Amino acid sequence: MRKKMKQALEQMEPVSLPALSRVAICGGTHGNEMSGVYLVRELQRQKLEKAGSATLTTVISNPRAVQVCKRYTDMDLNRCFTDAILSSPVTVATPYEVRRAQELNTLLGPKGKLGAVDLVCDLHNTTANMGLSLISYSVQDWVIMHIYRQVQRKITSAPVRFILLDLPLADVYSQDSLGKHGFSIEVGPQPHGVVRADIFNLMKEAVDQTLDWVQCFNSGSAFEGGEVDDVYTFVKSVYYPRDPETNQITAAIHPQVQDRDFCLLHPGDPMFLMFSGEIVKYEGEEVLHPFFVNECAYYEKSIAFHLARKMTVTIPPLQVKRD
Amino acid sequence: SGWNRIINNVARRVAIFGGTHGNEMSGVTLVNLWIQNGKEIHRKGVETKPFITNPRAVEKCTRYVDTDLNRAFTTENLSAPSGDDLPYEVQRAQQINEIFGPKGSPEAYDVIFDLHNTTSNMGCTLILESSKDHFNLQMMHYIKKAIAPDSCPVLLTEHPLLKYSTSRSVAKHPIGLEVGPQPQGVLRSNIFESMRVVLKHALDFIELFNEGLEFPPCTVDVFRVSEKMDYPRDTNGNIIAMVHPNLQDCDWEPLNPGDPMFQTFDGTTLRYEGAGTVYPTFINEAAYYEKQQAFVTTRRETLAAGAIKKT
Repeated sequence: MRKKMKQALEQMEPVSLPALSRVAICGGTHGNEMSGVYLVRELQRQKLEKAGSATLTTVISNPRAVQVCKRYTDMDLNRCFTDAILSSPVTVATPYEVRRAQELNTLLGPKGKLGAVDLVCDLHNTTANMGLSLISYSVQDWVIMHIYRQVQRKITSAPVRFILLDLPLADVYSQDSLGKHGFSIEVGPQPHGVVRADIFNLMKEAVDQTLDWVQCFNSGSAFEGGEVDDVYTFVKSVYYPRDPETNQITAAIHPQVQDRDFCLLHPGDPMFLMFSGEIVKYEGEEVLHPFFVNECAYYEKSIAFHLARKMTVTIPPLQVKRD
Repeated sequence: SGWNRIINNVARRVAIFGGTHGNEMSGVTLVNLWIQNGKEIHRKGVETKPFITNPRAVEKCTRYVDTDLNRAFTTENLSAPSGDDLPYEVQRAQQINEIFGPKGSPEAYDVIFDLHNTTSNMGCTLILESSKDHFNLQMMHYIKKAIAPDSCPVLLTEHPLLKYSTSRSVAKHPIGLEVGPQPQGVLRSNIFESMRVVLKHALDFIELFNEGLEFPPCTVDVFRVSEKMDYPRDTNGNIIAMVHPNLQDCDWEPLNPGDPMFQTFDGTTLRYEGAGTVYPTFINEAAYYEKQQAFVTTRRETLAAGAIKKT
């Protein structure tokens, strides 16, 4: 607490960063997350190739999964972008998504190198009631934090939050790590395989605000420093209770947690409602915030939801670097 | 009048089908629960058999493996010579017809409940296949009264073109339970519990009927299916618009000529141009994109049910 106050009292040193001349918008990384699929197709139909001075690349990341409207064909594409997987040798046995990840690394990367695109924006949906969430692997990428701040300020039709999955770059497994700067836009709730107009419109607004910020940044606007709130850091996952003999799931997420992503979960609060009627309570010691509550794709990992700590981040003034 | 009593045999054999679509989780979960412990569905004088109709689809958590099981119970499929070369679901339909049918014969099960979920905001919908099924009409009347003030819309699928050959249709009295909204592959506690409550009332009705209770004539308000509405598409068959935000989640509410219906991806509103007011349902059901259906229109109707009593 003291450290945060001290940081807030000190104005951070202004930062200048190179222009973002190449931007990529990716949809269909999971083939049944429909907002991104249709939004990328619409951008392609409109032949949108520039955002001010920046060139815009639009990609359907997993076309085979999109074709069959499934999350993936062999394995989750959005877990294939670690340094290790990107550099692994390709054999006959290599899953489709690994090959595709390496192709995307050639197209948008190479990850971590000078030739990579400047910004990757990856579009996702969730069955969880998460509103609009920006997800990234660092809270010290000032480009991303300023984009977040603009999106949060400009979009009022849904709650806007930031989720941090804190990992060293080499271990970041998601597609957004291919660019010099990268983040995901996650919008829910939407069933997989369905496109809802309200969710599509919300995602489109977020993409529009992102491209708007990029154009302003590239043309020299100065962005003030300050604080951004509603930043959530992943702490741990909570798993479904299972019958020890049959291994079947024995409970549903409790109605008091269902649809209440980012609300507080206190020790003693209900977490699961057993089919038999009993309640399973949260027995952790720390008050945390559930998110990705009842995400369909996490059943195969047996994850009911994740828990996060909430924080505020101070960001410096930012301007484009003039040559 | 309706007091010409329609005499029914006792409802002795009842089945509860789950997993007809393998990713509709309420029914899969309930049926698996009851297979392990059937106490909750036990009623005096009736055999209640819980049954997973499409186990391979359930295992893969997918709607179907080869073809939609809930469209597979056609006369053609059921009378085809059996063989391993048939699509999995056609083989399965033949097996189910053998166990619970044969469809149309006196040996068929009396009642089959088929448990489904939908991504549409349909609440607890009961699906009726025949407007002349007085037993089912009386059951639905009983259920509606029992869960009031919560509502239980009744969808009548009796239609020369739109009626389809369901797994439950092997029984004398088929009843569909369609509960939503719930994403495929997801189990929501509230949806699960409401399906459970509806089934409880349905089984209570059967028990009362078997005990000899007479159910007087009554009327049941239903929504009769009218017309299938597809998404607007381009010449390549790709969808070019989404269900409009004003129509999304408005199942069972009136749609009037001129009301917004679709929104194109670049923001244009397309309006309903029918002749009169309709009541849409199955609005934005995930599984129906491939069946060329954005929603189906219905018209309100009141059906009369004659008195029923066990012989």
